[in-house]
Amino acid sequence: MADVPMEYGLILAAILFLLGLTGVLVRRNIIFILASIEIMLSAAGLAFVVAGAHWGMADGQVMVIFILAVAAAEVSVGLALALRFRRLFGTLDIDAADRLRDR
Amino acid sequence: MNVAFYIAGGVAVVSTFMVITRAHAIHALLYLVVSFLSLALVFYVLGAPFVAALQVIIYAGAIMVLFLFAVMLLNLGREARAQEREWLRLRAWIGPSILAAVLLAELVYLAAGGGAGAAGLPAPASIIVGPKEVGASLFGTYLLGVELASILLLAGLVGAHRLTREEE
Repeated sequence: MADVPMEYGLILAAILFLLGLTGVLVRRNIIFILASIEIMLSAAGLAFVVAGAHWGMADGQVMVIFILAVAAAEVSVGLALALRFRRLFGTLDIDAADRLRDR
Repeated sequence: MNVAFYIAGGVAVVSTFMVITRAHAIHALLYLVVSFLSLALVFYVLGAPFVAALQVIIYAGAIMVLFLFAVMLLNLGREARAQEREWLRLRAWIGPSILAAVLLAELVYLAAGGGAGAAGLPAPASIIVGPKEVGASLFGTYLLGVELASILLLAGLVGAHRLTREEE
């Protein structure tokens, strides 16, 4: 859309990315951290779409499709890890896994 | 059309803020669905209808179903029934419903051709990059990337299967 200034789209993407980053830093539950990572990925996709719309190129949308593939792979492995984590530690608090070796 | 962008963007920011501040996983996931839907509307307004459809199908559809399955697998046991009752309370779904209703009103407005040319398409000044260009670019210039993405998805599939297998 030519009549939305590019800056506004990028500002929206930046706000969403910052909200996702805040979520990763603040929350301690694995499910919320994964959801926040999804928000950050889709905010990056929004930046690509805004740039693609600004120059009228298809490349931005192609990048969003790759981001979708990465997000799908990431969330499937991440949720599998969450199930494993729950079985191992009995909780979803990520601070329970603050050691590299068995306690 | 500008107004549509600002409303959808505002809904996206509000629902994303609600995602990271909710204590209850299901409440957060409901707001996350609304956030993805509003982003899809932003994509549509920006002249990227193909990616908007993909956003609804893959993010708001497939990935959210994956999240819901994980939450349900993780919440086995006696607290499940109390949680079920909690989910049916008005407080759980009224906020996402209001935000989704705003998006629906906007979608109806856009689909009815409001704020656009007479043809019902987005305003004539805009550049719409349709599925045809995206497909030609995806399977032309970026063919190697498609192959890499398929390997990545296969690795994700194998990894998820290996990680969730019961140890014998």
